[in-house]
Amino acid sequence: MDRIPILRMGKFLLVTIQIDLYDRLATNLESDLVNMVNKTEARGVLIDISALSIVDSFMGRILGNIGSMSKIMDAETVVVGMQPAVAITLIELGLELKGVHTALNVEKGMELLKEKIGSSEEEPDADEDSID
Amino acid sequence: MKIVLTKDKMQIGKEQDVVPFRNRVKEYAVKIGMSLVNQTKLITAASELVRNMLKYGGGGEALIEVISQGRDNGVRLTFKDKGPGIKDITLAMKDGYTTGKSLGLGLPGTKRLVNEFDIKSTVGEGTTVSIIKWKNG
Repeated sequence: MDRIPILRMGKFLLVTIQIDLYDRLATNLESDLVNMVNKTEARGVLIDISALSIVDSFMGRILGNIGSMSKIMDAETVVVGMQPAVAITLIELGLELKGVHTALNVEKGMELLKEKIGSSEEEPDADEDSID
Repeated sequence: MKIVLTKDKMQIGKEQDVVPFRNRVKEYAVKIGMSLVNQTKLITAASELVRNMLKYGGGGEALIEVISQGRDNGVRLTFKDKGPGIKDITLAMKDGYTTGKSLGLGLPGTKRLVNEFDIKSTVGEGTTVSIIKWKNG
């Protein structure tokens, strides 16, 4: 079965969606991510959607679900890289992507996650910064 | 008056048909030089409607047409299913209304994304939804 790979990086899980998802792929991603959060005790989930040419209400709901589910599992979700045309369309469609944080790009998304998690727990290894 | 320039038909029977259909719509939108924002709106609207058709109508037929009216070109999409039909279209067009477990944004949201929106439904016979997005609309 087709799957979107989920990468682990320290306390975070990274997902880059490179292709337009059909429904089953999206729902698989949703359950895979929640399972991974549980298994790896991840504190943050970063989803890069810069390659997505559209986000419809279904995809929006999946992203929202991932955010809410991860939240219950004590992880924050940030969606990054949304194309401007997609943002315009989403708002006209009536979707506000509640429950997920958003950031302009991966770098800013990682910063945001670190900030969010740093505020809820003292970081033992503060210079764990990623090198680009 | 609207003149049909090209016509293309696609059968939609399973969820894997959605992405190829979206790509086909995009091809036509690009061909007539539609702006990226309008393309995105059209494809998103197409995605919503094609999904509706699969979910509530059990699949059906999607028609993609390039049309022209005066100086403006556009893409018209028609979705025809032989599903159970919609009892109350006014209600179905309301934001947040759903009989499934979706967000209920599909129809009203789609209407906001396009220039023309037309829905006809007969209970027991099926539903036909038609939308137009003009190149410069």
